[in-house]
Amino acid sequence: MRCDDCGKKKATVHLTELVDGQISELHLCEECAKAKSVQMEQQFGLADLLAGLSDFNKTSPAAAPSEAAVKIESCANCGMTYADFKKHGRLGCSDCYSHFRGKLASLLKKIHGASHHSGKSPKVLATPVESAQPPVNDMDVLKKQLQQAVLCEDYERAAELRDRIRAMEQEG
Amino acid sequence: MELNDLISRTGEWLRGTGPSSGAVMSTRVRLARNFIQVPFPNRASKKHLQGILDSVEKAIQKIDHFKDSTVFRMSELDDVDKEFLVERHLMSHEHASNAEGKAVIVSAEEVLSVMVNEEDHLRIQVMNSGLNLFEAWKIISAIDDRLSEELHFAFSPAWGYLTACPTNTGTAMRGSVMLHLPALVMTKQINKVLTAIAKLNFASRGFYGEGTQAIGNFYQISNQGSLGHSEEDILQNINGLIRQVIEQEEQARQALVVQNRPLLEDKIFRSLGILKNAHIMSSQEAVELLSMIRLGAELNILTRLNVQILNELMIMIQPAHLQKIDGNKLSPAARDIKRANLIRNKLGEVS
Repeated sequence: MRCDDCGKKKATVHLTELVDGQISELHLCEECAKAKSVQMEQQFGLADLLAGLSDFNKTSPAAAPSEAAVKIESCANCGMTYADFKKHGRLGCSDCYSHFRGKLASLLKKIHGASHHSGKSPKVLATPVESAQPPVNDMDVLKKQLQQAVLCEDYERAAELRDRIRAMEQEG
Repeated sequence: MELNDLISRTGEWLRGTGPSSGAVMSTRVRLARNFIQVPFPNRASKKHLQGILDSVEKAIQKIDHFKDSTVFRMSELDDVDKEFLVERHLMSHEHASNAEGKAVIVSAEEVLSVMVNEEDHLRIQVMNSGLNLFEAWKIISAIDDRLSEELHFAFSPAWGYLTACPTNTGTAMRGSVMLHLPALVMTKQINKVLTAIAKLNFASRGFYGEGTQAIGNFYQISNQGSLGHSEEDILQNINGLIRQVIEQEEQARQALVVQNRPLLEDKIFRSLGILKNAHIMSSQEAVELLSMIRLGAELNILTRLNVQILNELMIMIQPAHLQKIDGNKLSPAARDIKRANLIRNKLGEVS
């Protein structure tokens, strides 16, 4: 059997596609199959699916974010923006979960039909402090820790960090 | 252990034993884990990726489960080697592209494998033979516990394990079972079953993993959701679903035997005849025929055939395996000849 695409090489890859209930068969050689799979990924990837889901709560054009607001939208740890995430369907680091907490909360609910973890946890819980070992007076680091504390629902620590940030802001 | 040591043998998960090993080929449980605050592989720098790999290599030296395991670094492997590991289900297709900082750690019996720097920093998987979800879970959870003592995993009490893709957040666990369902296919009930599975929020895939279509009546069924239910509950659900599918398959097999045994026997013996005599064979034809004689073995129509040999063949007839066995790069046409040879030799030994 010859390849349906180039008509030259022997077809070694056999695809069955289901479009609107219609089954179509495609017989391709190795090279054309590779090209086709790249094409298909571009047409409809997981990223599109996730982007579609997270667009559900789209804000109206009138409420479009200002440039300053867009800046806040990037993760302080890895620099990922929510637009990046929507494009690629992948988050940048574990801190993205706290930076985009609000948006991710509704996305996770849509994907999993649930919003709270039930199951095991690590034997040793890592805290951002021990992992990054930052100087404690750095404002950015404190803000990062605050976000992590909120994410971990450690409100006691979050309150403490908030007070320290306030104090530093007043001093500075 | 060298990569070439793997060629002449197959993993523990292909033994063809374990609970319900008639319709169930194997079980796999995988966990995704990430380092806290280190960028996920898609955003990580060269330095980050290397740092992660170094930390993981250091950590596994302290853990007993990894005592006899080998680290295969992608940067040290050629394309056929990488494809070979994919064909053995030890790593994904994605892991074979863009070698930077990537590695796969494989235990001696190929029960445990860990992909480093795939979509997540760690993708840990345990595979075993038959329907064995809880045994696989016991093993992988113990390994995960030890790893979490050595490495700092990203975890939030609210959302569980934090992963690069939000579809894995929570337990970050995927349990999957490889089923052989020829009778449901032959009695044209398979679409009904697959539709029901999709409605219950489980995914079904082909033998060769994500994005592949089912060939040779092999279907891989796994959970979709990972947030909101504990690992045990998720596995319990998969187990219950799989048991129902097996029951349907068994009923369909009995119906085939009762309704038209001569036709069934004809199909099975013709398949054996072609496998034992053909000189050119594509992988698709091979898998389809192997599925038929496997059904023959499971129904005791072919009594001298050993399922383990059929499992071995499923792995060895793949392109990179044929090339590793031969020691040379082979064109698709040359592989079809080698494949037919291999099958004739293997089946000649047993029947």
